[in-house]
Amino acid sequence: MVALNQETPRVASLVLDVPEWHGHDAGQHVDVRLTADDGYQAQRSYSIASAPEDPRLQITVERLEDGEVSPYLVGEVRVGDKVELRGPIGGYFVWKVENSTPLLLVAGGSGVVPLMAMIRHRSAAGSKVQARLLYSSRTADDIIYKEELDRIASSGDDVTVAYTLTRAQPSAWKGYARRIDRDMVREVAWPKELSPMAFVCGPTSFVESAAGLLVDLGYDPLRIKTERFGATGG
Amino acid sequence: MDAAEAKVDGNAIGGLLREIFVMEMTTAETTCASCGAVNPVGRVDVYLRAPGVVVRCPGCEQVLMRIVRGPGRYWIDLRGMRCLEFAASE
Amino acid sequence: MGFISRGFKGKRRDNVSSSRVPPGQHVVNDFPVLSAGPTPRVSLDQWTFSIAGEIDEPKRWTWQEFHALPAETVTKDIHCVTKWSKLDTSWTGVSVDTLLEGIDTAADFATVFSDGGYTTNLALDDLTGNKAWVAYEYDGQPLHPEHGGPVRLLVPHLYFWKSAKWVRGITLQNEEQPGFWESNGYHIRGDPWREQRYWGD
Repeated sequence: MVALNQETPRVASLVLDVPEWHGHDAGQHVDVRLTADDGYQAQRSYSIASAPEDPRLQITVERLEDGEVSPYLVGEVRVGDKVELRGPIGGYFVWKVENSTPLLLVAGGSGVVPLMAMIRHRSAAGSKVQARLLYSSRTADDIIYKEELDRIASSGDDVTVAYTLTRAQPSAWKGYARRIDRDMVREVAWPKELSPMAFVCGPTSFVESAAGLLVDLGYDPLRIKTERFGATGG
Repeated sequence: MDAAEAKVDGNAIGGLLREIFVMEMTTAETTCASCGAVNPVGRVDVYLRAPGVVVRCPGCEQVLMRIVRGPGRYWIDLRGMRCLEFAASE
Repeated sequence: MGFISRGFKGKRRDNVSSSRVPPGQHVVNDFPVLSAGPTPRVSLDQWTFSIAGEIDEPKRWTWQEFHALPAETVTKDIHCVTKWSKLDTSWTGVSVDTLLEGIDTAADFATVFSDGGYTTNLALDDLTGNKAWVAYEYDGQPLHPEHGGPVRLLVPHLYFWKSAKWVRGITLQNEEQPGFWESNGYHIRGDPWREQRYWGD
């Protein structure tokens, strides 16, 4: 690991220098395996946060209270330490700039990570694909990549970001303040007539609910791609 | 933890399936032997917290695949899938 | 295995070898939830437990009838094939010996079946002789669905995959029929003290 960037109180990005890394697609993940000195092993999957164009690999990890791997990655790993990983993995939950239809990204909590890789890929490739992100978090402190997202959204580059906070909102909050529902999706999502491509990522119950709302809105189920994390990723 | 939280999807076993099939499999299409539903592996229900991996049809919940990893070997039951379709590598 | 992650310790576990911990196991303090599928939802007024197969007359109990049977509370160590062991777990339920009382059978084997389709196989010897219970309470509380409630089998002398969650009955058989995991790589018997985890062990 060459750098650790704290994103929110519980979330950090690990910047990794991976020898012989052959590149990846936005949306893919890596499997990280940890080995204790008595041989005990634990393995978890983490989405790649960096764009394929970035020179270094980044993964973003949420430190879970009773986690086994995440407290090690966000808390123990130091610059210079080696981390064993395999990847990139995945072909289903992948977006490439060649896909030119309007892009809808729906994120629940740390589900924003692979979607951020897609946004970063879009910027790095100079793509003009219209993109909208609907991002649900518990509180403002939990919003990962907020500065970067706000910057991209206000840069006039055809990316819109809509936040919703489900547990508490700061004063003067202008975003949504509730769980994702039909009205919110109708206001934010691309109309189905544009044949948009949607990616939904987050905890299982969030994804199933959000994907269902998109289907209700008339989205073609084949154009909704989902990635469900367990609630306790570890 | 309730049932919804124990369940993830085929994206979570992308690495395991690549070990076994030596190819990216999350885009492979499965046909459920019970109800006939066709789904990409990325979309099927996966239960990882078990003595093995259990893959179920998101429509009818019947078992599509069971994968057990033992010392130096795998046991795989694919009977729950009538068919598995995936692109040949170039 | 060559690579060690500096400073990684994993979940608190004791590798202290003790006469209570089978080979290859480590003791945990929490109670991990493992599941092979969605948690079944069952209504207690439709719930029944039955014993059928190689017997003259199948037996069946409703929830009320089951609770009227003599029950006992036992404290046991449990061992999961995924290598965790939990000591001194307390369960309340009906002994399988009680359920089989009065049943005349020449069968040597049984398949235990559950809501959701899970099965496991056991020799009748492993189900009788004060070794197995059908439990509805854990630690003094009604058994939680994620741990197999309303009712699960408890066979603590074998790996815990044999202690079928959401159990609905026992089918007595003359021949052994490998169950859900036994037909897919896991050992037909599963004795943790002989480390019978997989086929060929």
